Amino acid sequence: MCLIMSRIRNSVLILFLFLSTDFIFPKTITVGKNEKIKSIKQALALCEDGDVIRITGGFYPESNLVVTKQISLLGIDLPTISGSRKERILTVRANNVAVSGIHFADAGASFVKDNAAVKLDSVTGCAIENNEFSNNFFGIYLGKSWNCKIRNNKIIASQKAQTYSGNGIHLWYCKNIIIEGNTIDGHRDGIYLEFVRRSLIKNNFSTRNLRYGLHFMFSDSCEYSHNTFQHNSAGVAVMFTHHVQMHSNLFINNWGGASFGLLLKEITDGKIYNNKFVRNTCGIYLEGSNRNIVEHNLFENNGWAIRLMANSMDNNFMKNNFVGNSFEVTTNNTRNYNTFANNYWSDYQGYDLNKDGIGETPHHPVKLFSLLVEKNRPTLLLLRSFFVELLNTAEKVFPVLTPETLVDKYPEMSFIK
Amino acid sequence: MNALKSIIKYQVHDTFRSKWLVVYTLFFVVLSYGLLSFTNDSNKVILSLLNINMIVIPLTSLIFGTIYLYNNRDYIILILSQPINRKTLFVGLYLGLSVPMVLSFLLGTGLPILIYIRNFKEAGTVLLNLFVGGVFETFIFVSVSFLIATMNENKMKGLGLAIFLWLFFTALYDGLILITLQVLREYPLEIPSIIFTILNPIDLSRLLVILRFDISALMGYTGAVFNQFLGSGFGMIVSIISLAVWCVVPLFFGLKTFSRKDF
Repeated sequence: MCLIMSRIRNSVLILFLFLSTDFIFPKTITVGKNEKIKSIKQALALCEDGDVIRITGGFYPESNLVVTKQISLLGIDLPTISGSRKERILTVRANNVAVSGIHFADAGASFVKDNAAVKLDSVTGCAIENNEFSNNFFGIYLGKSWNCKIRNNKIIASQKAQTYSGNGIHLWYCKNIIIEGNTIDGHRDGIYLEFVRRSLIKNNFSTRNLRYGLHFMFSDSCEYSHNTFQHNSAGVAVMFTHHVQMHSNLFINNWGGASFGLLLKEITDGKIYNNKFVRNTCGIYLEGSNRNIVEHNLFENNGWAIRLMANSMDNNFMKNNFVGNSFEVTTNNTRNYNTFANNYWSDYQGYDLNKDGIGETPHHPVKLFSLLVEKNRPTLLLLRSFFVELLNTAEKVFPVLTPETLVDKYPEMSFIK
Repeated sequence: MNALKSIIKYQVHDTFRSKWLVVYTLFFVVLSYGLLSFTNDSNKVILSLLNINMIVIPLTSLIFGTIYLYNNRDYIILILSQPINRKTLFVGLYLGLSVPMVLSFLLGTGLPILIYIRNFKEAGTVLLNLFVGGVFETFIFVSVSFLIATMNENKMKGLGLAIFLWLFFTALYDGLILITLQVLREYPLEIPSIIFTILNPIDLSRLLVILRFDISALMGYTGAVFNQFLGSGFGMIVSIISLAVWCVVPLFFGLKTFSRKDF
């Protein structure tokens, strides 16, 4: 009896659902010059949950747009929405909103407000895909949002000064975000993460940013892989974070007086593998970073491959290739609590008598001159001078000042594939 | 003028006939060809050639120069019995030695590089700086060696002095710079260190090469100052003048001693 009653109740419910057509059959609202609805603001006022707003090609000088319904914004033939260099453009305050195929331009720079082209404010399940952004203060800004996807966007800005420039993709207090396949060019930080958890940053191309290509703060358990960071004025910085996975990235040409390929500050239990560091002023800089695993990376033609500050401990450097760097490793201390093993060093001068592929004599990657340079930068003037080579050789024979324990006891004889 | 021409002609002939110049040229050929066939990386090759510039050229120029004057003593005395100006003779001897040495350096390193020229597409200016450095160093150290040989009758003393000067310019001078930079590190030493380097031709030609691709970014502020100075037209002119002064001044004093010398 009870079973029959509940069946009847269910069918009545289903019938009701079919009757409320508004919910089941969402409308499509088309915005355009030749359509009934001319402005996006109008369309946003009319829409209900589940609607699709199609924006046809054209120029829409509209700012301060707010989405409060669960809708899709779809651009046809790449319409341009412009903030006219004054205001923010689109703010999303509803869950499950999709934005794609739209060109956002000229969100205005401000010293008071974080004006963004697209801002997600405390939402979940949103997707920002296949859009273009040009000359915005902030490109895409996510605050307190979960489970969102930011994919295949092209975000380009051309400001000269950091103060007039915001970040390309900015995340603040977010969880489970996927940032994939974006190109970010010329912002302050390409991608900026603060208080973010369990997010994935993959296949992005971040270049010519005024500060960092990727900037990580207090963002535990995130992963970034297969990204390229090129020509950023200060490279990539990862700070105050634990359990970060960084792999298969390319750090290239981050070259300048205060540039780093990868700057690690207060990073613990991270894993850095299969990355390539090519032609950076400094490949990896570690400060206050402990228990990280650095393996199978390539360091090629950098000024410094690794700068390991004395307050970093228990890091493992294994199976890396060091090729043609001006300095392989430097440190500012005579003690060392890190492990180097089984790396290939192109500066290694030892021999392999038993032909097992591992050199018999240990390799000291820290030279006396690198120690001098670390403490007194102008002495770099004497780089590659005959005298300096003599000093290095003398120190190698009788180590006095260089850390005796910073040594690779099992250096590989050939390039590790 | 005619006398100068025929002296140079005879000396160049004489130098080319002797075996050591052939060996000198072959040394450059083998070394640079070997380097080039080992690696495709033009930067590595340039840095190794830079070491030759800094060590081999000054040493050989100094030693050959002194030995050359000592060995040609009889010939000099013979020529001086003729109505020939001493100045002409001295300059003739100088050019007769330094020009073949420069040619052998250019030929020895230049030919292998020409064969592998496609590796050096982006390294044009660095290569030019390298060659300018090598040519100047030959002229400079031959002229220094002539000064040494004319001032010292004693062969052993002259040779010893030549070797000491080589050691001084390649190593000790840099040691002094290092000590100065360490002791006075609290002070801004950018300008003094530019002056230091310009005063030593070996340091100057080394810096002209490595500033192009190695250290400017690593040095931060100091590097920027150096790059600004040595990379500018004015800096280039000052460097060239400094190198030229290093050629001319020892030669001038050598000439003075030679003119007054009682053989």
